[in-house]
Amino acid sequence: MKKIHIVLLVFIAGAIAVLISFLQTTATYDTVQTAKDKPGKFVHLMARWDKSQPMEYDALKDPNYLSFIATDTLGQSVKVIYRNPKPENFEISEKLVLKGKYTTDGYFECKSIQTKCPSKYKDDMSAAQKKVQGASETYPTNTETK
Amino acid sequence: MDYIGEHLLPGQLGHFFIVLSLVASLVATFSYYKATQSKIDTDAAYWKRLARFSFITETISVFAIFGILFYIIQHHLFEYKYAWQHSSLSLEFKYMFACFWEGQEGSFLLWSVWHCVLGLVLIKTGKSWEAPVMTVVSFAQLCIATMIAGIYIFDQKMGSNPFILLRDSGVLDNAPALHLNFDVNQALKPDYMSSIKDGNDLNPLLQNYWMVIHPPVLFLGFASTIVPFAFAVAGLWTKKFSEWIKPALPWTLFSAAVLGVGIMMGAAWAYESLTFGGYWAWDPVENASLVPWLILIAGIHTVLIYTHTGYSLRSAYLFCILSFVFVLYSTFLTRSGILGETSVHAFTDLGMNVQLYLLLYLFIWGAAIVSAKDLNQKVTTFVVAAALAVAARYIPYPVVSFIALILGLVVVIYQVQKQVPTIIKEESGSSREFWMYIGSLIFFLSAMVIIGITSLPVLNSILNIKKAAPENQESLYNQIHIFVAIIIAVLTAVTQYLKYKETSRRFFWKKLAFPTFISMVAGALVVYFGNINYNKEGPAFLGAIWLAVACSVYAVIANVSYIWLGLKGKLKLSGGSISHFGFGLVLLGILLSSSKKEILSYNIGGIPIDFGTESKEKTGENLTLVKGLPMKMGKFDVTYVSDSAHPKKQQWYYRIHFKSRTDNEEFTLLPNAFVNYKGNEGMMANPDSRHYFTHDIFTYISALPNPEKNQDTTKFNTRTLKAGDTVFYSRGWMILQNVVAKDSLPEKIFGPGGSLHEAPLKMFSKSGSIFTLTPRLAFSRGEFLAAPDTIPSEGLVVKLEKVNPDNSIELGVKESGAVLEYVTLKAYKFPFINVLWAGIIITAIGILISMVRRIQLNRSAKE
Repeated sequence: MKKIHIVLLVFIAGAIAVLISFLQTTATYDTVQTAKDKPGKFVHLMARWDKSQPMEYDALKDPNYLSFIATDTLGQSVKVIYRNPKPENFEISEKLVLKGKYTTDGYFECKSIQTKCPSKYKDDMSAAQKKVQGASETYPTNTETK
Repeated sequence: MDYIGEHLLPGQLGHFFIVLSLVASLVATFSYYKATQSKIDTDAAYWKRLARFSFITETISVFAIFGILFYIIQHHLFEYKYAWQHSSLSLEFKYMFACFWEGQEGSFLLWSVWHCVLGLVLIKTGKSWEAPVMTVVSFAQLCIATMIAGIYIFDQKMGSNPFILLRDSGVLDNAPALHLNFDVNQALKPDYMSSIKDGNDLNPLLQNYWMVIHPPVLFLGFASTIVPFAFAVAGLWTKKFSEWIKPALPWTLFSAAVLGVGIMMGAAWAYESLTFGGYWAWDPVENASLVPWLILIAGIHTVLIYTHTGYSLRSAYLFCILSFVFVLYSTFLTRSGILGETSVHAFTDLGMNVQLYLLLYLFIWGAAIVSAKDLNQKVTTFVVAAALAVAARYIPYPVVSFIALILGLVVVIYQVQKQVPTIIKEESGSSREFWMYIGSLIFFLSAMVIIGITSLPVLNSILNIKKAAPENQESLYNQIHIFVAIIIAVLTAVTQYLKYKETSRRFFWKKLAFPTFISMVAGALVVYFGNINYNKEGPAFLGAIWLAVACSVYAVIANVSYIWLGLKGKLKLSGGSISHFGFGLVLLGILLSSSKKEILSYNIGGIPIDFGTESKEKTGENLTLVKGLPMKMGKFDVTYVSDSAHPKKQQWYYRIHFKSRTDNEEFTLLPNAFVNYKGNEGMMANPDSRHYFTHDIFTYISALPNPEKNQDTTKFNTRTLKAGDTVFYSRGWMILQNVVAKDSLPEKIFGPGGSLHEAPLKMFSKSGSIFTLTPRLAFSRGEFLAAPDTIPSEGLVVKLEKVNPDNSIELGVKESGAVLEYVTLKAYKFPFINVLWAGIIITAIGILISMVRRIQLNRSAKE
């Protein structure tokens, strides 16, 4: 066997080991309930910001403290604390990917928030449609003439 | 039905040219194929003429499509969806191009335009390689043409047409006001265009000059990777297994230089206009463009090994083929929407996933088919490919589609192994080629690891699992690549001092001793005085950083030395050394800027105003600045001075003044933010930075007051005062100076019997500041009008409510957080980022010098 083949095998084994170890460290996508079931474990919590509940963010008090209630599709809620300013597009996002851990203190300590909204970098059809409809709201919409 | 105000001609012309480009590229592909296959010279010449004619027609069509679409955007023809969706009346001319390639269709067009240009050069210079190579390029053009065709074949939509009208796109279907009788089931009103006044505008984050210039360069890089691929396939196809290497080498170098610069221009854009806090975030979209480049670099080195020693021809094939395959795979990743969960800046799904998959499929299996040994094998491969395509189409498991692609690659690799000749004798461990090959392997495996991790969403969809990125994904990338950097840096430094075939130990050390010694000293000094204390990942990682820094210093010094020691200062020959020198700088720049990046806006709790709540102990990375109130940030006193609005847009510029406490340094940064843009609640920020030779100061707005939440609900507290009286408020006191009645008022404004009183107050804040406040009260046309005065940094408002006949006044005093104007920002210091940018430029120049030299060598070899 050539030297180069040995090197090749070693390297490939290394690369495969890295990829396998990567797969073992991967996290899971969770709902509020399943995240609560494994406190202290890093998860991706898929939820929405519950707009009916107050959101706490006051940059004057502390610019690095955001707290709000997140609700998942099953209707369960959890308090989220994110020690950063409100992310961009937070208000308009339809879905949030909250990366962090559920703590034993009864809230979700969030490390990063990914906002999923139709507009950022993306073709914004639904918002655009709203806009077209919004532009025409001055017209009566329910008159019928036959 | 005729609609008023539409301009249909450009769209009709556009459709015509799209169809023409489809047909022309089909004819070009077929004719070039025939020209390659034909054994009779006159036949081949005939097909080649036809193919050239078609390809030039195709070029004209693509340029026409490009021009027409640009015309539509530039003239604000919002009856076309593309213009409506991506541009607006207020968009500056310079961003017209940016919105051209914001959409998938425009960026496909850009790609196609570059293929045309490259194709014309290949026609001019390709000689005997023209026919097979151009078959591949024309086929790529055919595929891209279908991406923007927007036609239906057997109910399957092909591509997304940029010339579709807004009214045909479905956007208006749910807007009753635009329809006859306000009924969405009826036709549109003939004058519906009068309601479409403005477009949707370019995404604010893309309104940046980097967005105008980086996509063309990046796409030229992407487009040019097809040339080495096409040459490799042509070699397999025509069975001239080694002759393609020489003409392909300059192309490979060109591609590497342009793609590399394109990627880093994208990084510069991220650095200058995104709030990721840096130039590289290991985002899937960034990774997807880096991977083909890494493979391309491996390709260049194996091609060079072959030209000098005859070794590693098979690897040269694989790397040249794979770099393009990974360009296609990246295209799939970024455009299919599959990265939706993991990337912040992929395109959205346009429903073209099948087509994007087919792009990969056709090129891989196409290469497999033409590289088959004989006609029999070709037919067999074709049948297998077709059968797999059917299986992938009808078996509802994505894993089948994936296996079909992998099998295609396996067949290509098999054909390379089976047919391409190789040298049995082993490379010497002291030869240059041996270590160059090791370097290539490391580049390739680094690429595989990166793409493996990035492909997690693909893996999820193939295996029907749902795994999410781990907590420490970024440190995983960094931990792997710190070692890649160490090995590559050392190889870059040392390998040029080795000779091809065999190097005597004496020769090697004699030459290398001097630069090694200098580098050890210099590396030690940099590490010792560099003050690199990156402690986020523990001491082992910090040690690795130090080692990597020292090694990249070695790469820099050894390569500069080699220009004199090895090449006697002949710059024409030293393209390799120059690019390695540049690459050493790139590594050094990355290591220093990332490990020494400082957050300036570190902050404990809130601002030092007591709001009655205990301040939080946690430190944060963002700092709130109240207008007019200086705050400490690193060595600076930072003040939010003022703000101004963009004349046409909901964009605000914030004037942030930095003043050093230790020296005379003083400057103002103007980060800006789009606030509630286009009715979307929230803000989007653009950073601003100050560039120094050794570092950058970089800041962006991370939060702004919410005007709705800060509704002022506190009431004025009224006191009666005479001149000289003192009023206390929570954070200081103020003294009424006097009460002034203004006379000779213009009767036009004040009417008869009008009056105007001023009550200047001198205010002493506990913080030591002294202010003057002048509330006013006017009596005009029978009405009292008060003009209160405010000190925002003190949260204080005073209002002159009444002036009594005895010259005492009634003063309303209010303290409220709502009057505070403030911004929250994040600020970084990036040291030595210029080392990185300079390194990129030098690397590219070095590669281009090599390219020129290789072209000259090829020419003189022919003469």
